[in-house]
Order: sequence, then structure tokens, then C-alpha cells
Amino acid sequence: MTSRLRWRKFVSGFMLTMTGVCALISVSVLFLILGYLVYHGGISISWNFFTKLPAPVGETGGGMANAIVGSGKMLLLATFIGVPIGFLGAIYLAEFSGATTAFVVRYAADLLNGAPSIVIGIFAYALVVLPFKHFSTLAGGFALGLMMIPITLRSTEEFLRAVPHPLREGAMALGASKWKTIATVIVPAAYRGILTAVLLAFARVAGETAPLLFTALGNSFWSRGWNQPTASLPAMIYTYALAPYDDWHRQAWAAGLVLLVLILVINIVARAILSRGIAVPRS
Amino acid sequence: MGTSFTSVPGAGPLVGGRSFLSRLRQGDEIARLITLMFAISVVLVTLLLVFELWQGSVLPRHKFGFNFFRTSVWDPIFDQFGALPFIYGTVVTAGVALLLAVPLGIGAAIFLAELAPTRVSDTLEFFIDLLAAVPSVIYGLLGVFIVVPVMRSYIQPALKNALGFLPLFQGPAFGVGFLTAGIVLAIMVIPYIISVSREVLLSVPRDQREAALSLGATRWESTWKVVVPFARAGIFGSIFLALARALGETIAVTMVIGNTPAISASLFSPGYSIAAVIANELTEATSNLHYQSLIELGLVLFLLTFILNGLARLLILATAQRGSEMGHV
Amino acid sequence: MKRIAGTTLALLTLACFVLAQGTLSINGAGATFPYPIYSKWFDEYHKKFSTIQINYQSQGSGAGIKQVTEGTVDFGATDGPMNDEQLKAYRDKHGSGILHFPTVLGAVVPTYNISNVTSSLKFTPEALAGIYLGKITKWNDLAITGPNKGVSLPANDIVVVHRADGSGTTYCWTDYLSKISDEWKSKVGKGTSVNWPVGLGGKGNEGVMGVVKQTPNSIGYVELIYAIQNNTPFGDVRNSSGEFVKASLAGVSAAAEGAAKNMPDDFRVSITDAPGKIAYPISTFTWLLVPEKISDAAKRDALKGFLNWMMTDGQNYTEGLAYGKLPPPVVAKETKAIAKIQ
Repeated sequence: MTSRLRWRKFVSGFMLTMTGVCALISVSVLFLILGYLVYHGGISISWNFFTKLPAPVGETGGGMANAIVGSGKMLLLATFIGVPIGFLGAIYLAEFSGATTAFVVRYAADLLNGAPSIVIGIFAYALVVLPFKHFSTLAGGFALGLMMIPITLRSTEEFLRAVPHPLREGAMALGASKWKTIATVIVPAAYRGILTAVLLAFARVAGETAPLLFTALGNSFWSRGWNQPTASLPAMIYTYALAPYDDWHRQAWAAGLVLLVLILVINIVARAILSRGIAVPRS
Repeated sequence: MGTSFTSVPGAGPLVGGRSFLSRLRQGDEIARLITLMFAISVVLVTLLLVFELWQGSVLPRHKFGFNFFRTSVWDPIFDQFGALPFIYGTVVTAGVALLLAVPLGIGAAIFLAELAPTRVSDTLEFFIDLLAAVPSVIYGLLGVFIVVPVMRSYIQPALKNALGFLPLFQGPAFGVGFLTAGIVLAIMVIPYIISVSREVLLSVPRDQREAALSLGATRWESTWKVVVPFARAGIFGSIFLALARALGETIAVTMVIGNTPAISASLFSPGYSIAAVIANELTEATSNLHYQSLIELGLVLFLLTFILNGLARLLILATAQRGSEMGHV
Repeated sequence: MKRIAGTTLALLTLACFVLAQGTLSINGAGATFPYPIYSKWFDEYHKKFSTIQINYQSQGSGAGIKQVTEGTVDFGATDGPMNDEQLKAYRDKHGSGILHFPTVLGAVVPTYNISNVTSSLKFTPEALAGIYLGKITKWNDLAITGPNKGVSLPANDIVVVHRADGSGTTYCWTDYLSKISDEWKSKVGKGTSVNWPVGLGGKGNEGVMGVVKQTPNSIGYVELIYAIQNNTPFGDVRNSSGEFVKASLAGVSAAAEGAAKNMPDDFRVSITDAPGKIAYPISTFTWLLVPEKISDAAKRDALKGFLNWMMTDGQNYTEGLAYGKLPPPVVAKETKAIAKIQ
């Protein structure tokens, strides 16, 4: 073996090991994050955290009960906005539309998807908060819903298209009209993928903070109805982390842990649903 | 096709030439119209968004024109607004982020695509996808409590000692600043680089690798000199995607960048990014000019990310097509 | 499974509507300066009147002024009074005016984080101006060590911390600096948001306190209670009579004495660099911004009720949180002004 070959072999082994190191570093970051959150958040989670309202500044014993509920309400609203539009829009793209409309709609969805979340926040502020003269759960939910639309739209369209043609044609040959085919054959066939898409979109917006800064504002009490400002987990983490009070820092860790666990669980469940097997193989 | 079977009920599009009314009765047309409405609403909302950004920034666009991008004074008292410090901060932090994330990310992607057995590769990819799902505020939380103190107490002084002759590493070590924000951003964008690059590398046809190996190349040479160049466009696409993400990132950055509109050669200096200044100042910009200048910054950011995302998509598509042209083996 | 999910969803949505009845929610936003006492007040007031919820969001005085002008909140709060332009803008937009109601007196203190320095440093006005102008860069500069013989100050760089958001605390601080430093006045000026020559930005009083607490060799300006609650040392400032005064209730009340006697009708007054031997030079009133016309009768009555409570029972909470009580002549004048809210 010539020395040149020995060198090339060494370089090869070395570089490939380095790539392994890169992969290791990248993956270990996830576990570091989880580790820190579990450690710092774990010791701060208490019954108070889940059940109490925030205490006056400087006093201890407060919690984030209203933030948890507030986040829940806004996510609920976001789902009601994002999923129907994304889902029905995707049905149009996959089943009815011509090439130009499809291109335009997809292009718009990509634009919306790529918009930085702070820009979505500006939009919701100008569109919902200013005219209605209210910071509100509605505005926050609207902003989050906007962000859910493109994710749901594109993924649902993909999964609908993936349903193989023989299934469609079979249904139609049996005399079903188009919409009936869609409702009873195609959508059920793609439902796993669609559910995954919805869950992933939900997890994505659950952690968003920037759009909430100008829409939901915040609330030290329970937020009633949909027209009042509301606290939310991400916004509380943001506020508490930057404040000087140790008690608030502890609460921020706890909230971070709760939020992260929620998001990771949804992600894992979504992927499990998908890998359990799409009802029909991809063509 | 072409004959009319109008008397056959339920035989939809397979049979041509049915009247509008009968299609309507079947509910197809209703379904089409309803779903069309929702699809169009997406377009309308996006148009409205762009319109709001454009209209909402009319004052500074007329008053400052292109000078908006060249001046660096941001003075609410004297109503002078220049975007340069924020553009600078956004670009520098994104640059640092890419400098760190690209080698790591591509390295990891190569490992996952070329070396790791499928099960390992898929499992690791699963974890990488989870990393991509971690929300920005969590990165900010860790940034404030873990990264900033470490930067201030260990990394910045060490860099100063070793490389302090470079203007990049001069100045007091605050802990917050361009470098810290860049590092946090790097962690946030690595998953994007890895997952997209891994996919494009996997799509490179096998015969490319085998041809290289059969000519006597080592594993590394085959990967680096044949496979990666083949997938080059897609890898660039992943970098653009990562860049788009880094530019638009708000919360994590504002928590660790120092919130000062400064242009400085030193990476230790505190700075400001476009997204961060919007987040901090929008709800309190009392003068119309101030408010609209922030909207104009939002418009700029939107356009930037839009262009980058578009380019990314084209590049990734180009690689995929190249792979399929050559034929998968 | 689906049915359970569906019913839960329906129940939740129903609950949201049901719970919406019965409670009056009032929203306010603004200054972080008085946030500790406002959060205490609104909490106590809610305990007293459980159907009234006054939600106050600490966003900074700038946000308080802007949002109350936009009408997105029911009242605002600021430590930098609205200037004539802003008052006019409000009037143009709403057709009626907006009223300032002083709530408490407070002090803005220079707080710092220097290792081994736990005592109160003495700051001259020139030192403070020099530090914030970026001309005094090290802790062992003569301007700082001069009045502080006996304290060993390190040769480290000073990390200056200021507000990143629109702030009444900034207004008070820069108002003071403009009075004692011509250079500051011409170069930077006073306002809720200025073009800072140097320094890091923190969001809110909380943010500045947070940055100072975590950054060695830093100095920042915060409301007194934030320094106290976080056990950070803060400096004495030399007042116009030449005395180095530590921020205290007595010092703040002394600063307000002159203004209390000659309070203008709209309550907008600056009490920085006030005369008096024990007057603390960086003191300020802080105000609630309440619209003259409130169309919702329930909200109007609730706000008026709160204002009355604030000026009587509410003042009992001030000293516990290191804020100064309103001088009696001011309270008398304010009580009459409440009637202006229609």
C-alpha cells in the first residue's frame, strides 16, 4: 500500500468519524435541552403552578393556571380557524382545481407559511386588535390560526394526492358522485396523514410567542369569554425569564417543561400515527 | 367519451356532458364551490397581509425612501428612523448561525445518509425532527439562563485571550450580543439543514457512489467528491431554508442579543435584529412615523424570507429532479 | 374516543361562554415603574369586589400612552406625562380628552452590580451623566471614586444598562440628566425612548433589573422597590443642595413638596432635581391615564370607585412597597377631578 493511499484512507476514516461526531453533537443538543428543562422545571413544578393565578409582583406562591387555560383557548380557536380552511382548501387543490388555481393557492400558502411569526403578529394587531379596540383571545387565536393554515393545507393536499387512483376510480365506477367519493373513500383513506398534519401544525403554533405579544397581551386574572386579553404559557415564560425575581424564574422553567413536554408528546404521537401505516401505500 | 348519457344517474365525470344543474343536484358543484371558497380565502388572506404591510408603511417609504436602509440613526424623539443597525444585526447573527450550523449540519447529514445503518439513521432523524419542534421561547429560556452566563464567564474571555487581536473578539464580555444570539440561532437551524440535506443526499442515485468506489475512491472521497456535489443544489436549498428561519426568529434572539441598535465589528457587542425591535417597540410607538417604520421593517423581513424560501424550494426541486432523471437504482 | 373528545370540546366552548357572564373586566397597560404596587392594588381590589377584575399589563409607559390612545385598553399608566402633542392626538382621535391621575410617588435609583461592593456608592450628577454618555467608562474613574473614598472600585469597564422599550422611568431619568447636564440635553434629550449613546437594553424595569443582576460591573436605573426586592445595592445621588441623598420615602416626599403646593390642574409636573436639603433628586409622580369620557357605565363607575379607593385605602399599601404617599393637597385636588370623568 503506497503512503498516498494510506493517507487517503486515514483522511477517509477521520472525516467520516467527524461526521459521526457532528451527528452526535446535534442529537445530544436535544437531550441537553430536555435534561436542563427536566432538572430545573421538575423541581419547580408544584400544585400551585397548575392551579393558582399569578401573585402580585414580588410575592411568591403564584401559578400559571390562567396561562394554561388561555393557551388552551387560543389553540382551540386556532384549530377551528386553521383546520377547516386548510383541510377544505386542500380538498379543492387535490380534487377539483385546475393547474393555475392550484399554483396560485399553493404559492399563497407558501408565502403565508414563510412569513415570520412577528409579521403575522403585526397583521393580527392591525386587523383584529385595532378595529375591535381590544386585545383579546380572539386576536391571539386568529394569529395562531393563520399560521396553522398553510401547514394543514399543504400536508393534507399531499396525503390526499397520495391516495391511489384505483380507489377513486373504483368508487366512481360504482356510481358515487365526486363529493361522495371524497367524503367516504378518499378522506378516510388519507385520514392518518391528515390527522398527523393537524397535530404537527398544532404543536408548531402551541409554542409561538411573538404573534401573541400584540394580540393576547396578557392577564393577571382569569380571562372570560373571547374578547378579553389572556395570559398564555409562551408569553409568561418570556416575561418571567427576563424579570429579576427568582420565584418567577422557577415558574418559567416549570412552564417551559410543561410546554416542551406537550409539544414533544404531540409530535411523537403524530409520527406514531403516521408510521403505524397509512391505510394505503404511497404511489 | 363525448357521448351523452344524461339518463344514467350517478355516473359522474366518467361520462361526459352532463348539465350544470344535474351536477349541482348531485352536490358535486356545491362541494366544488365550497372548497374553492376556502382555497381562495387563503389567497385573499395572504394578499391582505401583503397589502397591510405595504399600506402600513407608506409614511416612512415616502419620507425616507431608500435612505431608510442606509441610515443608522433610530431616534424616536427626533423622528429619525434608519434601519441599518437592525439589518446589520439580523445579517450578522444569521451569518454566525450559518457559520456554525452548516458544517455541523452537513456533517451530520452525511453521516445519516451515507454511513449510518437505516435503523440508526431513522432514529436519529426522529430526534432531529423533535429538535426542530422545540419552540423559540424555550431556546430563549435556555439562552438566558445557560448560554449567556457560560458565554460571559468562559467562552468570551477565552476567545478574547486567544484571538483578541481580531476586531471580532474585542470589547467587554457582556454575555449577550451578536455571538450569543448567533450561537442560539445555530442550534435552532441545525435540524433544518440536517433533515433536508439528508433527504437530498439519500436521493442521489446509488450508481453515482458505486461508480466512484469502483474507480478506487475511498468512502470519504466518494461522498465528498461525488455525492455531495451532485446534491449541491439541494444542500444550498437547505441552507437557504435555515437562513430564512434565522432571519425571522424573534423571541430567542431578543432575549440574548442585548437590544441595542449598534453597528460594531465586535461579535461581543450587543445589537438588535429587525424582528426583535418590532417585538419591543410596536405596542408603544407613539408617533405614526415610528409605528410605520416598524411596519416597514416587517415588510423588509417578509420579503427577505419570501425570496429565500422561494430560492430554497427551487434548489431542492432541482436536485430531486436531477436524481430522478438519472434514475433511482 | 371521538365522542368523548367531541363532548369535551363542546363543554369547554360552552363553559367559556357561561363564565363570561357576571364579571366586569377592565384592562389597563403601561408603566413598569409602579407595577409592584399596581399589581398589589388590583389584587386587593378584586378581593374586595370580586365581580370587578382590573387586569394591568406592565408594558412600559410608552405602550400605556399608545394603547390608551388607540382605545385598545380602558386606561393607561405612565411615569412620563403625556406631552401636549400626545394629548392633542388623543383629543383628535376620541373627541374628548384624557386625564392624568397621580397615584404614588417613586424614586428612580442607580443600582449596580460590582463584586465586593455592597455599600451605597455616592454618585454626583456629573458622574451619572458621564457614565450614561459613555464618557466615563471604568468604575475606578475619578468622578466615581472621588466621593467614595474608602471603597475599592475595580478597574473594570462599566456595563451601562438602559430601557429597550418606551419608558416613563427613562423619562424621569433623562429629565433629570437633561436638567443637570447641558451636554446630555443637547445630545440626547429627554423622553420615554431616546437614542442612547451606550449600553444594553432591558425590557421593562424588570428587564433592566434582571440584566443588572446577572451582569457583573453593570449599572442601571430602576424604581426603588425593584432594587429593594432584589437585594441589590443602589447609590446615593447628590441633590441640588449639595447633599448626597439615599432614595427614601422622606426624600421623595420632600421632592414633591413644592409641586404639591402648586399642582397644575392637569397634574402634569416634573419633580426631578427639586430644591430642599433632603429632597431626593430623581423622584417622580406616576399617573393613571383615564379617558374623560367612558361610555360604558359599569366600567366608568368601577374606575371611579377604584380611583377613590386608591386615594384612601390604597395609599396604605404604598410604604410597604417603598413608594411615597400622595401629598394631601394633591389627594384633595384629585378627588375633585374624578368628577370630570363622564
